[in-house]
Amino acid sequence: MGVVAATAFLAACTPQGSGTPSGSSAFCDDAKAVGSADELGDKLTTCNDITSYNNFYEFSYGKEDVANLSRNFKTSPWTVTVGGLVNKPGSFSVDELVKKYRPEERIYRMRCVEAWSMVIPWLGFPLSRLLEDVQPKPEAKFVRFLSFYDPQQMTGDRSLPFPYFEGLRLDEAIHDLAILATGLYGKPFPPQDGAPIRLVVPWKYGFKSAKSILKIDLTSEMPPTFWSTLSPEEYGFYANVNPEVAHPRWSQSSERRIGELRRRPTLMFNGYDQVAALYKGMDLKNFY
Amino acid sequence: MSSNRQIAVIRVVLHVSALLPLVLIIWDLTRGNLTANPIREIQLRTGATAINLLMLSLSCTPVNILTGFKPVLALRRVLGIYAFFYASLHFINFIGIDYGFDFALLREDLFEKRFAIAGFASFLCLLPLAVLSVKKVQQRLGEHWQKLHWLVYAAAIVAVIHYIWQTKADFRLPFTYGGVLIILLAIRLPVVRHLAERHFKWLDKTAP
Repeated sequence: MGVVAATAFLAACTPQGSGTPSGSSAFCDDAKAVGSADELGDKLTTCNDITSYNNFYEFSYGKEDVANLSRNFKTSPWTVTVGGLVNKPGSFSVDELVKKYRPEERIYRMRCVEAWSMVIPWLGFPLSRLLEDVQPKPEAKFVRFLSFYDPQQMTGDRSLPFPYFEGLRLDEAIHDLAILATGLYGKPFPPQDGAPIRLVVPWKYGFKSAKSILKIDLTSEMPPTFWSTLSPEEYGFYANVNPEVAHPRWSQSSERRIGELRRRPTLMFNGYDQVAALYKGMDLKNFY
Repeated sequence: MSSNRQIAVIRVVLHVSALLPLVLIIWDLTRGNLTANPIREIQLRTGATAINLLMLSLSCTPVNILTGFKPVLALRRVLGIYAFFYASLHFINFIGIDYGFDFALLREDLFEKRFAIAGFASFLCLLPLAVLSVKKVQQRLGEHWQKLHWLVYAAAIVAVIHYIWQTKADFRLPFTYGGVLIILLAIRLPVVRHLAERHFKWLDKTAP
């Protein structure tokens, strides 16, 4: 009878859809975006999908489990410290940042390196405005982001080198498309989407857009990044969305838009051609 | 219970539990419970079920070797056919639903990416076994069937490699499958078989 027990056990082990977590549907009940599509006419991904399908490894490898596991994540009070090679370093509460920079809706496509994508109405403000105010020194060339990590509240795989760290070149960081987001669908973030404040860089793969940011530092050297440290031959510093450069193990030429049946072709820079000038003269096959 | 009765009961439970994952997929599909990315969820579940059933099929012989319980051998075929059934769903979901039979896209993904090649190879190994598994054909093949059956080991090894290669970060589970597979194959080695047989003879002698 052991075989039978094992069959039943293994059947029970296949991943089960956990359904829509109550937390996210409560969030979405009164969530409302101003716009309904991005500049290409692509319709918004539903609020339920955006808040129930999250890559947030600090909590779990299971995208559909994050909403539930993060529901008690404490995101207030929260202070972001900006320092490094700047003239006016400082610490700012998220409330202060919101008051000062007045987040507005930005509808961006978000392309995950796993070849799926969403269209998300963020609430955010240009990162450049915060950076202007802290006055980068002339020798500052890069921006480093450090995410929050507390193993007490975050129950994901502890063998990963958290806290998460990411980086941008300074000229990328001050591009108008790069924002610090504090919410989506007209409301402050629920925990699973990177509350209370995260980076959003829409022309790069989703993992560049670090969640739950605690520290922003300006540096003269290119900072190491989480994924390029773990797996340098698979993930680079730039990580621009590029259908021509395949991930070593899977193609990046097409993607599944969440909520759609057919795959769609992936666009260079995720359709944000206005950033192409940042990479003039660079071979993006080498700088992936 | 006689061992024939036992095996009959096991068979019924086996059919029910082998079909259960499919029933759950359909149930969750109708209720919108397959995450925000249902095609990927179906891909993950059919793949997991296929590899689970394949491992179970491969565990019948070791169970027989280690316990001497012979009727379990009769389950290998049906478990293997169910494994192939889920592997087919996995394959069809990939080329037909995920890629919408877009062969230009598929050429890039299926023939240039090692995880896809491994998965396809595993499927191709199972295909002749499933087609030829009709009992009458099996009997007619006789000893050739035994030889052909080496394909199931190849299918399992390549399936685990496929699983490892498509994993992005958490390798604990795929490596566990690899470990279990190595054990299941090792028990088949003549040395182990011989030791087990000696053990049973000893048991027979010392039985009251």
